[in-house]
Amino acid sequence: MTEHEEFREYCRRWLAENRPAAPSFRLPLSPIEVMTEEQRRYLCAWEKKCYEAGLIGCDYPKEYGGGGHAGFQQIAGQEMGRAQVPYLINVIGLSMAAPTILNHGTEEQKRRFIPPLLAADEIWCQGFSEPNAGSDLANAQASAVRDGDNWIINGHKVWTSLAHFASWMIMVTRTSNEHKYNGLTYFIVPIANTKGVTVRPLIKITGETGFNEVLFEDVVVPDAYRVDEIGKGWTVAMTTLLYERGAAEGAGSGGGISLDERIAQLVSLAKRSRRDGKPAWEDAIIRDRVAQLAIRVEGMRQGHRRMRVEPLTDHPMRLPLQAKVTVSELMQDIAAVALEIEGPAASLYVGDPGAPDNGQWPLAYLNSYGFTIAAGSNEIQRNILGERVLGLAKSK
Amino acid sequence: MAQPKDFGFGSEEQMLRDAARKFLKDHAPIEKLRALVAKDHKLAYESAVQPLAWDERVWKQMVELGWTALAVPESAGGAGMKTIAVAALAEEIGRAALPSPLIATLIATAVLREAGTDAAKTCLERVVGGAAASFAGPGAEGSWLPDATSIAVTESGNGAVLKGSVPFVQEARKAAFFVVAARDAKGGVGLYAVASDAPGLKILPDRVVDLTRDQARVEFDDVKVGTSAIVASSTGSVGAKAVAAALPAILTIVAADLCGAAEWQLQTTAEYARVRTQFDRLIGFFQAVKHPIVNVMIDVDRARSLTYAAACAIDTEPESALCLARMAKAAASDAGAFASSRSIQLHGGIGFTWECDVHIYVKRQKHNQFYFGDGPYQRAKIAQLIDRAA
Repeated sequence: MTEHEEFREYCRRWLAENRPAAPSFRLPLSPIEVMTEEQRRYLCAWEKKCYEAGLIGCDYPKEYGGGGHAGFQQIAGQEMGRAQVPYLINVIGLSMAAPTILNHGTEEQKRRFIPPLLAADEIWCQGFSEPNAGSDLANAQASAVRDGDNWIINGHKVWTSLAHFASWMIMVTRTSNEHKYNGLTYFIVPIANTKGVTVRPLIKITGETGFNEVLFEDVVVPDAYRVDEIGKGWTVAMTTLLYERGAAEGAGSGGGISLDERIAQLVSLAKRSRRDGKPAWEDAIIRDRVAQLAIRVEGMRQGHRRMRVEPLTDHPMRLPLQAKVTVSELMQDIAAVALEIEGPAASLYVGDPGAPDNGQWPLAYLNSYGFTIAAGSNEIQRNILGERVLGLAKSK
Repeated sequence: MAQPKDFGFGSEEQMLRDAARKFLKDHAPIEKLRALVAKDHKLAYESAVQPLAWDERVWKQMVELGWTALAVPESAGGAGMKTIAVAALAEEIGRAALPSPLIATLIATAVLREAGTDAAKTCLERVVGGAAASFAGPGAEGSWLPDATSIAVTESGNGAVLKGSVPFVQEARKAAFFVVAARDAKGGVGLYAVASDAPGLKILPDRVVDLTRDQARVEFDDVKVGTSAIVASSTGSVGAKAVAAALPAILTIVAADLCGAAEWQLQTTAEYARVRTQFDRLIGFFQAVKHPIVNVMIDVDRARSLTYAAACAIDTEPESALCLARMAKAAASDAGAFASSRSIQLHGGIGFTWECDVHIYVKRQKHNQFYFGDGPYQRAKIAQLIDRAA
């Protein structure tokens, strides 16, 4: 058995033996929807346990709290997905902040920030979008002004998942108005109990909180928290986005409901739902829709596999840059088909005693727009694919 | 997952694929294809019998390169290469939209391999020697099931007699022999090797949309088959079992052809959007043009990933091969159809004309979309498979 096969065996055994008991309260469908303190506590405890067992930060250097391996993280993620254990709450820390700091941070930053991040002792959030800088991220206006060894930050960030639990934010600020792209600088900003920082919940179309807006009023941040050079913020942000969009492996991921499991749920739902007095699963069009989704799920899995087989990929970024578009639209369409299967019962929301599957599908459908819009809307992703992979003229 | 991570696509397979791509670029470039199949629209569509538009010299070279021997087991004198290699070659054939009996021969080879008899071995040896073959059986009444055929057979001590007519036989006028599926009075399906010039066999060419192939209805008027040509007996429906075992490979080969052609459509349409100017801008600037091209790429990539996975499953994990092959054929059929539609539309007016090469590929794609079942056909079967798995 190779070292990797042994690790896979270990993950399987450990996950089977350490699966946490189901909580007495409802867990939201994804980490960026976490709302309450009891949800946070449960998920942080689980994540810390996974870290201590060596399933998180596997490929990170030991001096920054990692396992010092290579190629282990993907295995741990696959096994956490297969075991359908709870997802990792510190998703922004693991998938975005850690790789950004590892790639661009100073030695002190790596030693200070990465270990507690991996251990789920400190939760992270991301301050990129603003009211007037969404898809056009480089239009960010939140300002950072030099003041001796410090910077003074003022501005307004939006769509900030997990800010209400976060210790730290990775933040894009404007340090010069002379250049759009080269006027940006990247910071690590303290959020919890920080003078001048106000976190206010934003209410989603689901009626839930879970993400926020964050206001900065003369917030003092030491220069030691600046990531990379002044004016290099765009480059650093592109590193973060590469990881956020799933084009590269971060410090940990996995858990939650696998896509295969969602397809099995659709089949089960269709067998229980009635259409014209018969099980919806007997309806040819419903079967066709579910089979289409099953093909997309398998296609995505095989695409991830092919990504690493260089002679079968024509352009190195062709498959990686598709990852965010395909997964977000797949999740959205799975939820949309679930509603079609339910028919009129799709009108029943979470909390209605008669709602199929506890009303999770209308909720999942509404929440799915978070993923097709966030991390650069899928329209922007298609521009990037067309321009960077196919060489089409820039749409700006 | 018992499958190798790299789909079994190693250096040997890569060498074959790269050599095939270069050979077809040199010997079957688009200019030559155009001259061969689309020189004259009247000749193509108004002749009493469609002309056979292919380059037999290129075919002979392909045989010399060992492409017909590729999928034949070493025991029958072939190269015995993996299905992933066969799929990679079929993809290159599709990319070149090559008029040739190779795809039909690879499909017949897949069926013969599974039959495993001395008669099948004799046929495979002929294939290695360059005899083009075509599988005749399914297609009538919209069925592509392993026991589908519209030919009747009577087996006796001294051979078999075939009677009836079968539609949609690929490359019928290029084939040296047919592998014919036929049903006996008890419902059992056998397989029989029949030379294309056998007495009583009649080839009635179709007028087909696709300019890169020929297709015919083949009639059997009491065609006699010797015992040595019974590839699989109808007793116990041994023939249907062989076809069922070959089905994943058949679907994968057609899917690979679709994928190769779809990749050509993607690249050709992207190239046009990179050079064509309207409103003082390259049209690729406009998101109404850019985004559909990207959508084609996403669909083509899904089809390609699934096709390689299906081929690899045939080689290493046969129990999952049928579902993956159906997924591959469904995804490739839909990707081919979508790439076709967008390739015409985004080329604008010129794309609607005979002089633009786009129509040659569109027609080939529409043909392969339906051959051995389109997306909805495959998905109906996939629903049964995932029901059983769930």
